[in-house]
Amino acid sequence: MTAHHDAVVVGAGIVGAACAEALSRSGMSVLVLDASFAGSGTTAAGMGHLVVMDDSPAQLALTAYSGRLWAALAPELPRNVEHEACGTLWVAEDDEQLEAVRAKQSVYADSGVATEILSPAQLAEAEPHLRPGLAGALLVRGDAVIYPPNGARALLQRAITNGASVREGVRVNAIGAREVIAGNERISCDCVINAAGALAPELTPGIPIVPRKGHLVITDRYPGFCRHQLVELGYLTSAHTMTTESVAFNVQPRATGQMLIGSSRELVGWDGSINRSIVRRMLDRALDFMPGLALASAIRTWTGFRPTTPDKLPLIGSWDEMPGLWIAAGHEGLGITTSVGTGQLLADLITGRAPAIDPAPFAPSRVLAGVGEH
Amino acid sequence: MMAPLAGTDATLIVADVAVIGAGPAGIAAATRAAESGLRVVVLDRGLETGGQIWRHMSGGPVPRMAQRWIAQLSRSGAQVIHGTSVVDVQHEDAEFEILADSSGSALRVRAGRIILATGARELFIPFDGWTLPGVMGIGGAQALLKSGASFAGKRVIVAGSGPLMLPVAASLANSGAKLILVAEQARRSAVMRFAAGLWRAPALVVQAARYRARFLSTSYSTGTWVTAAHGADRLESVTVTNGRRTWREAVDVLCTGYGLVPNIELARLLGCDTRDAVIVVDAQQRTTVANVLAVGEATGIGGEPLSLIEGEIAGSVVSPRARISDALLRKRAALEIAARRMLDAFALRQELRSLPTGGTIVCRCEDVSYGAVKDAVCARQAKLYTRVGMGPCQGRTCMPGLDFLLAWQPDTVRPPIEPALVSVLSSELADDAAASILFNSSVGEAYQ
Amino acid sequence: MAINGAAAELNIVVDDQRIRVAAGTTVAAALFNLGTAAFRTSVSGEPRGPVCGMGVCFECRVTIDSRPHQRACLIAVADGMHIRTATEA
Repeated sequence: MTAHHDAVVVGAGIVGAACAEALSRSGMSVLVLDASFAGSGTTAAGMGHLVVMDDSPAQLALTAYSGRLWAALAPELPRNVEHEACGTLWVAEDDEQLEAVRAKQSVYADSGVATEILSPAQLAEAEPHLRPGLAGALLVRGDAVIYPPNGARALLQRAITNGASVREGVRVNAIGAREVIAGNERISCDCVINAAGALAPELTPGIPIVPRKGHLVITDRYPGFCRHQLVELGYLTSAHTMTTESVAFNVQPRATGQMLIGSSRELVGWDGSINRSIVRRMLDRALDFMPGLALASAIRTWTGFRPTTPDKLPLIGSWDEMPGLWIAAGHEGLGITTSVGTGQLLADLITGRAPAIDPAPFAPSRVLAGVGEH
Repeated sequence: MMAPLAGTDATLIVADVAVIGAGPAGIAAATRAAESGLRVVVLDRGLETGGQIWRHMSGGPVPRMAQRWIAQLSRSGAQVIHGTSVVDVQHEDAEFEILADSSGSALRVRAGRIILATGARELFIPFDGWTLPGVMGIGGAQALLKSGASFAGKRVIVAGSGPLMLPVAASLANSGAKLILVAEQARRSAVMRFAAGLWRAPALVVQAARYRARFLSTSYSTGTWVTAAHGADRLESVTVTNGRRTWREAVDVLCTGYGLVPNIELARLLGCDTRDAVIVVDAQQRTTVANVLAVGEATGIGGEPLSLIEGEIAGSVVSPRARISDALLRKRAALEIAARRMLDAFALRQELRSLPTGGTIVCRCEDVSYGAVKDAVCARQAKLYTRVGMGPCQGRTCMPGLDFLLAWQPDTVRPPIEPALVSVLSSELADDAAASILFNSSVGEAYQ
Repeated sequence: MAINGAAAELNIVVDDQRIRVAAGTTVAAALFNLGTAAFRTSVSGEPRGPVCGMGVCFECRVTIDSRPHQRACLIAVADGMHIRTATEA
């Protein structure tokens, strides 16, 4: 007979880890289960960009909130989390995009996110390896970068310090009413949190989450070649539109001096193989913005699966079809950023505290009500 | 820091057979295939034909056997392209498309068949101080010597395992190095049994005796190994043990290595089955993937004579009127027995499993210590949590040693299998590139 | 430019020092003969020199003609080549 827990978190990716951290901090007894090991799924493949994004007002609220939580956490993170406050530069190619940059600035300002607009000359000085002739950029200084697997482990470690226990290599077969079945073990609890990411639908049928594949390329070390996370303004379109495939310029400087080159999005099920033509398109896009990358040595490529919902917003809240079941999944490409906001929001909902942001847009019931692509 | 490339178009070569690696196995395979009239292209990372074993002294004479084969290869019409690392390969319809970084430019090779002759690298087992400049591979020292390095007057210890130690010790002694000790970890009885079995291959006896004669004044100690290297900014001394006695020796250079590790990454990328870290082949040198053959050390460590025969067999198998002589097959069988005896004789002793301490750096690219990785549940977890094996060598240096120490299973293989310029990975064939380089054309010859 | 025979020499510059080396030598061998210990500086600041001699281990990386991370064991010296050793990262 396994001991009773206040909460069992299924999945030790960064979202599950953040939920465990927040729940255990609220005084609950928490057990985390993972079929493999902490941070080994989508978390392992992520870029680790802590970014405020404004695809929708709800996304802006959650990312801005999470950004503040990460900033507060940053001084306490172990070194191997590689937290770097490098900021983001949203790069505008022409005057039309620069207009969009201005609009973005005012939307961010409304959410209390400070930004600066860089002129072409300021942009060239900030990032000398960007191609000349760009129209400018929006600098979001508060954005940062972490190394995601160790970010998840750091959050789990904090949960353990709060009294939580973590069991890795334990595959959950089913989630029942106030219980979890793993092999021939039945673990009883007051609430279950399905934080299994793109695999969440396997345990909770009816959750509309699909895997959305992405590719990344990492280079050898070229310290100083790139100083901010660089993202083209068109990235939002690439992330939002559910086309079969898209690429966008997205380059990240790592603490090591390496550069991560992204990004791609494909709907191809669970095929994790490297798609050479997508890699070529992605690199071409990067070379278009940073021609000097041509002579950088690429040492590795990999793929991962973003857990994607129809409206690109995560599912955070109770799942009314099953008593005691809560969902924290479907974070698409923003799970590293929004993990901490998700954990806090969920803990507030479970313990009946007033959340800092409106939970309604994330309520899982919206997908049951048939909210589709907008 | 970097200037953009003028263009990112790839060069295209269309061939019947692509041979990867220009060591003895690849040379023999390419020669026999090209002699039958096939268009054969050989891609090799090195600067000269011959691979590691036939690498000759810079400006010095080429070994006679190598001379004979290299001459045959050049008469055969096969095209050898040096300075070329294969980074990816794809299979479409009945054709393979190889992507290579050829001296910084993108090269794509289309071929109906591939012969893998990717050779082997050295097995390193990490120990304290092995990262100091002056500690190098046994084959590494040989390569350095042959590429123009002078070891004259340097105090050298060769310590590790396997038959490679003898010729390297001999050439170092010959070049004026002060050879202090040759330490073989295997037990004397095992080495003697192996040596006694050499009568089956008389050429090897003569060769071994000749090597030994070159450093007769130096002690060849069996059951002896190095446990640590010491020095401030470069190697100054090593700790040696024979299990009963432990002592220090002052040295400038330590050559170390515990045998060879087959290079199977490209085979794994192609989907070929491997067993015990060796490419699985049938009697015709065919892998489990159609139209992919493999020869030489990558199919099992067996030495130059076996590599040549396997190469000849594979080259004949892909030829239009394949005919393999029974004599070749008999020779291969005999040499395979000898190879197995060799691997048994130089089996690694258990004590080597405790060579690294918690603080020993295992991953040289990322400076990850043994203590940081030894409790990981698998290679992938260790890589994700500590970056072990995630540097530019892609784990080729540390992972085989860690597999030996911790019984890890190798992680997945993805392109690029070697670091490649972004311009190479992003390269595409120009619209008019179709077969822009044909055999026997002046453009093709430009590569020779 | 044709160089014949082993005796031919050429000029290279290693860390601002001009030296003459035999044609056909690799950059790794040329540096070894100069007595260079640290070809590169590891990510934690240790000096490192060549290990495998065949392009596998990446320990002999130097900056050649302003291009970082070049494997000294795979590149032959060329007249006028500028080599920088022990560069960080």
